[in-house]
Amino acid sequence: MKPQTIPIYTQTEADYSVGNIRALLTEIAARLERLANDGTSASIDLNSLPFAPGEYERLRHALGKGEVSAHIEAIGPSEITETRYPGVWWVTHYNVEGDIVADMLEITTAPEILSSQPDDIRSGLALLHIQLKEEVQQ
Amino acid sequence: MNDHDAPIHEKNSHEFPIHETLGDSLAQQGISRRAFLKFCTAMASLMALPPGTATAIAEALVKAKRPSVIWLSFQECTGCTESLTRSYSPTLENMIFNMISLDYHHTLQAASGYGAEKSREDAMKNFFGKYLLVVDGSIPMNNGGVYSTIAGRTNLDLLHEVAKGAAAIIAVGTCASFGGIPNAKPNPTGAVAVSDIIKDKPIINISGCPPIPAVITGVLAHYLTFGGLPELDDLGRPKSFYGETIHDRCYRRPFYDQGKFAKTFDDEGARNGWCLFELGCKGPVTHNACATTKWNGGTSFPIESGHGCLGCSEPHFWDAGSFYSALSMPASPLKYVAGAAVAGAAAGVAVSIGNRIKKGTAKSAHQKATIEDLEK
Ligand code: SF4
Ligand code: SF4
Repeated sequence: MKPQTIPIYTQTEADYSVGNIRALLTEIAARLERLANDGTSASIDLNSLPFAPGEYERLRHALGKGEVSAHIEAIGPSEITETRYPGVWWVTHYNVEGDIVADMLEITTAPEILSSQPDDIRSGLALLHIQLKEEVQQ
Repeated sequence: MNDHDAPIHEKNSHEFPIHETLGDSLAQQGISRRAFLKFCTAMASLMALPPGTATAIAEALVKAKRPSVIWLSFQECTGCTESLTRSYSPTLENMIFNMISLDYHHTLQAASGYGAEKSREDAMKNFFGKYLLVVDGSIPMNNGGVYSTIAGRTNLDLLHEVAKGAAAIIAVGTCASFGGIPNAKPNPTGAVAVSDIIKDKPIINISGCPPIPAVITGVLAHYLTFGGLPELDDLGRPKSFYGETIHDRCYRRPFYDQGKFAKTFDDEGARNGWCLFELGCKGPVTHNACATTKWNGGTSFPIESGHGCLGCSEPHFWDAGSFYSALSMPASPLKYVAGAAVAGAAAGVAVSIGNRIKKGTAKSAHQKATIEDLEK
């Protein structure tokens, strides 16, 4: 049995708050303001934050879902969603076993991981040339 | 690569192990650069580096030569190896063995007997001065070190021999780092740490009982990315993982600051998730990454399950008094309230009064974490 499949019910009583979410939202707003003003991107590593039980879910709820969501399959899945606030992206990387290996908020126009990587483009191009040759021979 | 011993058998015509770059070995397995970038993002997060550095790490790692690694297991329980092989890092089985060439590890390798010892000797000869030596377990010194032997040789003897050609030594676990449980009183075998014996090599201590699995991957990634060992604290531990205490990053910290403490494991305070300081939590003096990296694939860590930290990544944690008696001074090294073995209700009361008096000190001894701190 994987730890993730153990049903854990988090209590989210209104009075059980240690104030992390408010602080984080303030930080996001400051970063987003910089992105809007001079295009500076930033990321916030959610794995390094001490969330109280239930706070992570509350942050998800607070940021909501926007227009874009993308799925990547590369040594395990990755989920990339633009939140309700354009320019604030939630990027979660999983390994093949489904554990979260990196979880971050990216304040940017588009997360880097979505772009094709130069090395991948080159090896893809090589493959395309091989296919072209085969097409010509047929 | 799904076979742990593969690097041992990867030989060219001269019978030397092939140590190509990590980039080559990724390409051979059809791992895309995007997938690798994702792995590096996870590594950057682990090493507490700014998330934006993932691209730079990827570039450096792709060009890095895979170092030969010799892993020696001494007086240990195999918990450290268990921890590592259960690591949650992206396809760790692949990635960790992609990053290094594990030429000797007597629990994981397929070779046995003379063949196993020969692969160690070959690696030592071919990569003299360049290989990494990983040690888990302490080294017994009493009676000439007879309490733990491998292939008829004492741990002490082997350590001296293999350390000679090592570029650096990684002591994995509290036993190799500080002597650990074998070194606990009365220490019948005279167990000591690697650093008590080897004085002329860089040694990095990855303490913990067991250490957080991802930390060793992080240290290897650092070694490959930056070509050297990460910055260490005064106990030889990498600052990026051990730079802060459990208490610094504990989500129950606001309750500590407000003076809200659970008094027993089933009182209202415990149910409300209040601070476990008075129940013996050693978080304030324990440097480790549990509070954020967590255990079991990020599921939780002991304090989240309602139990205080035992202080397992600190020297002599086993001999530092009861796990259930409160610390006397939050900011000092492992020290406990004198005579506060919580044997009965009376002693328990004494402890909490003592702590209430000290709470003022505790508060002033700790600065509150700022958002910049949190974001590090
Ligand atoms: S004493 Fe322990 S439970 Fe309390 S805040 Fe510190 S680390 Fe967390
Ligand atoms: S919470 Fe404390 S005792 Fe538990 S693993 Fe972490 S450092 Fe060790």
